[in-house]
Amino acid sequence: MSIAEIFAKARAEERALLIGCMPAGFPTVDDSIESMIAMHEAGCDVIEVELPYSDPVMDGPVIQKASDIALGRGVRTRDTLRIIEAVAGAGATVVLMTYWNPIEKYGVNAFARDLAAAGATGMITPDLIPDEAAEWIAASDEHRIDRTFLVSPSSTDERIAMTVAQCRGFVYATALMGVTGARTSVSSQAPDLVERVRHANPDMPVGVGLGVGNGAQAAEVAGFADGVIVGSALIRCVLDAPDRATGLSRLRALSAELAEGVRNPAK
Amino acid sequence: MSAPTLPDLSGHFGRYGGRFVPEALVRALDELDAAYRTAKTDPEFQAQFKDLLLNYAGTPSLLYRAERLSARLGAEILLKREDLNHTGAHKVRNVLGQALLAKRMGKPRVIAETGAGQHGVASATAAALLDLECVVYMGETDTERQALNVARMRMLGATVVPVTNGSRTLKDALNEALRDWVASVDTTHYLLGTAAGPHPFPEIVRDFVGGIGIEARQQCLDQLGRLPDAVAACVGGGSNAIGIFHAFVPDESVQLYGFEAGGDGVATGRHAASITGGSSGVLHGARTYVLQDEDGQTVESHSISAGLDYPGVGPEHAWLHDTGRAEYEPVTDAEAMAAFQLLCRTEGIIPAIESAHALAGAARIVPALREELGRTPTIVVNLSGRGDKDVHTAGAYFGILDPVETLVPGENS
Repeated sequence: MSIAEIFAKARAEERALLIGCMPAGFPTVDDSIESMIAMHEAGCDVIEVELPYSDPVMDGPVIQKASDIALGRGVRTRDTLRIIEAVAGAGATVVLMTYWNPIEKYGVNAFARDLAAAGATGMITPDLIPDEAAEWIAASDEHRIDRTFLVSPSSTDERIAMTVAQCRGFVYATALMGVTGARTSVSSQAPDLVERVRHANPDMPVGVGLGVGNGAQAAEVAGFADGVIVGSALIRCVLDAPDRATGLSRLRALSAELAEGVRNPAK
Repeated sequence: MSAPTLPDLSGHFGRYGGRFVPEALVRALDELDAAYRTAKTDPEFQAQFKDLLLNYAGTPSLLYRAERLSARLGAEILLKREDLNHTGAHKVRNVLGQALLAKRMGKPRVIAETGAGQHGVASATAAALLDLECVVYMGETDTERQALNVARMRMLGATVVPVTNGSRTLKDALNEALRDWVASVDTTHYLLGTAAGPHPFPEIVRDFVGGIGIEARQQCLDQLGRLPDAVAACVGGGSNAIGIFHAFVPDESVQLYGFEAGGDGVATGRHAASITGGSSGVLHGARTYVLQDEDGQTVESHSISAGLDYPGVGPEHAWLHDTGRAEYEPVTDAEAMAAFQLLCRTEGIIPAIESAHALAGAARIVPALREELGRTPTIVVNLSGRGDKDVHTAGAYFGILDPVETLVPGENS
């Protein structure tokens, strides 16, 4: 399913989407495929594959550590494409989250082509703002990849309108001023930011990320957003587990808890 | 298109520069840009900055005619003595300018990244002077290598945060400072240490350190009655180089040379020569030359000089390189250390190892310049910093740190 279709389906069911993030190649290529398929089976509607990068300035310690482990084992951009192919092949809707330099190095148009061929439907670019994205906008149009840019509580209304106009599929609202990582409470800035996006374009689905770590928080965010994005808490299931089997079972359990949460949006 | 009109309004030097940052930072960068535009034309701000430079930092720095070095190199060598500034390097110009700007924006806190600790010490100095809270991010590896500078920063009242991510060096400290800034932009100014990063930093830093070139150019006219044939500077992030180049860019007769850290040699892969040994990419907020592998992952840099040990370079240098206005060449650790020793012995000046790269490069270009001009060339070398901080590194390099035999009274044999 495309991102637009899957958001439309969730809206019809009066629930939010669960978008679960996992770095490609963490802790190994095959393990990351297994983790992502487990997340998909346990209720993640969209699998957000993060391309590991040496200098992830938007990410907190958990994603940094997982990315470092993947890079330390030699994961390559082409492995990320292979992982996407396997996960999409298992029936999951896959989007890629990537910092910009690896894409520029690969070749922007070639990457959009190969990403589409691997079966991803969209790409999130945390350090590429629409102002610098002319080449990406052209390539993603040509290869029909949905583009997700970020909006932040600090964005002006003008920038929100401009950014949302360049998104296709959904827009990623960073719920608080800070890097990724689970928080004990959901930011009060998030509902306001979602409201401002809706004001710019009522039809553009909004995914909210940064800070969600359990079912109750997922339900809370589902109360005002179209998509709940979870990364660090899922990654920690694998990172902190004493062995692979335990990690996978924790990952399934948390995915199921979050999936339950997005189906019971707070009123 | 002449250089002083760049960057364009969106911060581009040709295809380089720009803003490759999380959206969360855009407003802060826009605010900084707007504050800088008004400060630039505000006589009061300019007067404050000028006063601090003159009465606190000790500039204009001397342009010193190095007679004995000149005789050895077969060229007329003029040293721009930025090593004599307060805190011992050109960096004080940038931190004073940015700290004043932070005050002007009403931000009570500044953060900074540092490699060897020089920019951290300079930032802590400016923060103490202007009563700002200061947090400095420093790679854990560097905090161990540069314990004295950590102590200096703490004496000046700054908080030093050791960074334990990635390679635990300058690039990781920069990542961590950016992460702090994403979460603290309302109260915090990021006092970036070099003419790199997202727009408007490359332009702001260039302008604040641009006095180096303006002074040197005027000093040449006053002392020689003409412009030099060449200007040489070391290039890591590139702030001292852009600072001395900028005023000379329109002077076509003046050749500009940037010397990058060649480490063990560019061919070995162990170097920090982003322009001569890297390729175009995006790092830390700008498109520029970057040391990267074939997947665009940043490659660790290597240099004997901590201040040049960075896998990127300011975007204006990338542009000056591509347009051919400036020449960039690598200088190895060994070449730099030979020049370091030569300056110590001929002039009684212990330079920063960074600056020794510029000296080594200047020595290298003499024969070609002499041939091209048909006379003795005049070269201005930016002596960007003093070498006190490098005594340990240089002492170990030259093998002169052996403990001196001490004579204990009454214990003769």
